[in-house]
Amino acid sequence: MADKSFFIDTTKCTACRGCQVACKQWNMNPATKTVQRGNHQNPEDLSYVTYKLVRFSEFETNGKPVWYFFADQCRHCTYPPCKMTAESLGSKAITTDEATGAVLFNPKIKVKADDFKAIRQSCPWDIPRWDEKTQGMAKCTMCIDRIKEGLLPACVKTCPTGAMNFGDRDKMLDMAKKRLKEVKAKYPKAELLNADFVRTIFLVIDEPKKYHKFAGVDISGPSIIATVKNLIQPASSPAG
Amino acid sequence: MTNHYIDFRNADVILNMGSNVAENHPVSFKWIEAAREKGAIFIHVDPRFTRTSTKADIYVRLRSGTDIAFLGGMIKYILDNNLYDEFYVKNYTNASFIVNPKFGFDDGLFSGYDPTKRSYDKSSWALEKDENGIPKRDMTLQDERCVFQLLKKHYSRYTPEKVTAITGTPQEDLEKVYKVYGSTGKPDKAGTELYAMGWTQHTVGTQNIRTMAMIQLLLGNMGIAGGGVNALRGESNVQGSTDQALLFHIIPAYLPTPRAKLATLADYNKTTPATKDPRSANWWQNRPKYIVSLLKSMYGDKATKDNDFGYSWLPKLDDTQNCSWLVLFDEMYKGSFTGFFAWGMNPACSGANAGKTRQALTKLDWMVNVNVFDSETGSFWKGPGMDPKKIKTEVFQLPCAAFLEKEGSVSNSGRWMQWRWKCANPPGDARPDGDIIYDLFKKVRALYAKEKGAFPDPILNLKWDYETKGHFDIHKIAKELNGYDLTTGKLVANFTKLKDDGTTSCGNWLYSGSYTEDGNMAARRKKVDPTGLGLYPEWSWCWPVNRRIIYNRASVDLEGNPRNPKRALLKWDAEAKKWAGDVPDGGWPPMGTDGFYPFIMKPDGVGSIFGPGLADGPFPEHYEPLECPIEKNPMSSQRINPVIKIFEGGPDVFLTCDPRYPFVCSTYRVTEHWQTGVLTRWLPWLIEAEPQIFCEISNELAKMRGIENGDWVLVETPRGKVEAVAMVTHRLKPFVITGQTIHQIGLPYHYGWLYPKDGGDTANLLTPTIGDPNTMIPESKAFMANVTKIKAKKA
Repeated sequence: MADKSFFIDTTKCTACRGCQVACKQWNMNPATKTVQRGNHQNPEDLSYVTYKLVRFSEFETNGKPVWYFFADQCRHCTYPPCKMTAESLGSKAITTDEATGAVLFNPKIKVKADDFKAIRQSCPWDIPRWDEKTQGMAKCTMCIDRIKEGLLPACVKTCPTGAMNFGDRDKMLDMAKKRLKEVKAKYPKAELLNADFVRTIFLVIDEPKKYHKFAGVDISGPSIIATVKNLIQPASSPAG
Repeated sequence: MTNHYIDFRNADVILNMGSNVAENHPVSFKWIEAAREKGAIFIHVDPRFTRTSTKADIYVRLRSGTDIAFLGGMIKYILDNNLYDEFYVKNYTNASFIVNPKFGFDDGLFSGYDPTKRSYDKSSWALEKDENGIPKRDMTLQDERCVFQLLKKHYSRYTPEKVTAITGTPQEDLEKVYKVYGSTGKPDKAGTELYAMGWTQHTVGTQNIRTMAMIQLLLGNMGIAGGGVNALRGESNVQGSTDQALLFHIIPAYLPTPRAKLATLADYNKTTPATKDPRSANWWQNRPKYIVSLLKSMYGDKATKDNDFGYSWLPKLDDTQNCSWLVLFDEMYKGSFTGFFAWGMNPACSGANAGKTRQALTKLDWMVNVNVFDSETGSFWKGPGMDPKKIKTEVFQLPCAAFLEKEGSVSNSGRWMQWRWKCANPPGDARPDGDIIYDLFKKVRALYAKEKGAFPDPILNLKWDYETKGHFDIHKIAKELNGYDLTTGKLVANFTKLKDDGTTSCGNWLYSGSYTEDGNMAARRKKVDPTGLGLYPEWSWCWPVNRRIIYNRASVDLEGNPRNPKRALLKWDAEAKKWAGDVPDGGWPPMGTDGFYPFIMKPDGVGSIFGPGLADGPFPEHYEPLECPIEKNPMSSQRINPVIKIFEGGPDVFLTCDPRYPFVCSTYRVTEHWQTGVLTRWLPWLIEAEPQIFCEISNELAKMRGIENGDWVLVETPRGKVEAVAMVTHRLKPFVITGQTIHQIGLPYHYGWLYPKDGGDTANLLTPTIGDPNTMIPESKAFMANVTKIKAKKA
């Protein structure tokens, strides 16, 4: 099985949240208690039982409303910093599926609160989540149990508009680059977010931060990112 | 729909006005994306900026309830700039027809108005006929009494200044939409319109849609690939239920319900649409075949020529009786009924003025509630403000199977009858609706047989033999709809085989052809697409006779050549003397100079730009909603639609231009819930995503009322109050209407007090009992309300 990737075209996303619900359904994750907070985004954030979340971002530009949707999930990095961090802490909770590149958390392996904190901080996209009760970690599994059977991930299967795509990495990259070219004509700021080192490639038409605080990583920037840059472009190639 | 969801992909311009396609018909957005990928322009016109608007190439806002003004301005723009399709308008519409000289329009009223009856004598709206009874025409369109000139005159009043004053839409935005949509008047361009409850739920609902139908006729967009006027249905099978006549004014397949004055079948048949024009196919002339075949289907061998095929057993409406939803619940409120079946519905939340509806339920002796889950209707007697001890209504709750737990067909918006299979057994005692009805009727009949009754004949004579081995058989019903040749016992091929002599039976002539000797056509799943237009003629089955785009003879020229060769829907093969492409609207040769006109369901054979059949006028005119923010209608002295039925007294209170209720309010749906939420509120993942009722408020209004995002607010009308979470947003903005600042608010109606406990109650506690004069659909999209902060605490 070849290296896999998602291509998420935000220009086609209508925030129907079919992906969010399909993810919960396939993974048999329970709903959480939520309240209306004056915003459609619910649940409020990713969690141990919410691997996929459509984020809503609303603001005004030149007196006109702008409303962006960002179907957030694990990026399945080519060199996953979470895994390296876990390994450096002696935890085997995070593995990579060699065939597909899926980054997998084993929720049955207990992780200490402090270790989890370090793992979460190492993720530039703020994906890892932990459950106090079970002490296990969880996030998007790439629907590894589906894709090994030749099925699409649940979120992709349910997407009605073509925003969610999945397949062999080279094909997804081609699709993403082709679509970027089309979109750029109308939206010069359009870009693919960190396409070279993630397996969940988002196409956005505006500054990533306008979608979500952790939408994209500016690898030329300072702060935590510098650390990540070191982690993701290590001197020696990690195993796998 | 005249077309189909898939056909959106063939459009050059898609106008979504009167619905919120991405949120309420999310899967169909695939085809809008497919069109956009090919360069189509997607326009969204809506009072609110919604998830749909985020994907629009052009988004324009208008005040709720002002669509006719907006579209009236578009008609003027199309005419002023000669953007109409001249060939189409002359040949395929009634633009050239001459109207009765007594027809007139003055200050908001058409000729023939009777203010005491609040209705029109429509005789002066008639089209003039010559001595042979054929409509008079002026093909130059110059006669001052021809439809085209009357149209020009009527809409010359809809100037951009007036339209902007009414709608609040800036003039440059109007022009942007008019220009782009008007560009589809060329034969090689197609424009489609997608609407839903945003157009229907107004006191001018029918005329909203007619205005667009007129625009589509002017631009030559009817009967073509990528065109049409397309109703996005809000329930998976609402098209099917309409086809089967779950409305009071029709019996199956759009035959009119008999009225008391039509005592015999001959009387009924005298009302069959007629024409003296040999060029008009006037398909409805076949109606006597359909009614007799329907009677044979209902009463079997008991229906004979001698007893009028049992016509006297059919229930009749009194001559002026209106049995629409609003009237039924008004009568229930007045105590006119003893019993009620609430079947697959939740009127305690879904009906306008829900407080009145809930009170009406207390007047019943009994109610049977059939649903998958309990609802605010089934448990109304223990709802807010109810004292169970004082309520006499006995409630029976019957659990029924969900859609995956039964076999049968669903007819989608595009008229496709798709067969579905059962994939699980219903839980516990739940049974499919068909089984419940089937056995219920057997019990009722046994009682009639034993105890007789005032008029047992229709009950005792009904043919009720849809079972196999003692169980209800849905295939037998499907075959009954298709119809039989009673002389051979074989299924008929289609409705052209039906007769008026009692030798055929058919439960629904439009569905004739769906289940033939060749099998169940609705169960077909072949993905062949010979035209390349996405018609998929062997996937399911489409009424009528598997025709995928109706009025398709309007897509060709007089010789039968496609007017748009790039998207050829039909083409006449002169050598073989037959049509290629879609199933043609009548297989006759092309129209030429003496052949049949293309609009075969219209008595005159052409599209009606002038429509003399509706209650409120042959041309749509802007009237304000019953409750509105302006004292004077800028178009005329008629503030509201002059023919709407006003309900008075008791819980029917209306206040217009009242400072206590200053804001225009709409109700609507979100993607995550369905209708009153009877199914979706119990689904944890959906209630997680949309947990509680909210009220959308602009930043400007929030500031004025001291409301912050997430505050709880009270929304009030003279009829009721609803608490909701304030959603303060950039997506709503105040309008400037006739110089005044007018705020618009809105809230979804999905919630109910039963579950979840903190979800809130239905927004229909606010809406008025008032309906469109033609359909009586309630005006839930435009009424007046107030909003105030009730507590500062964040939810």
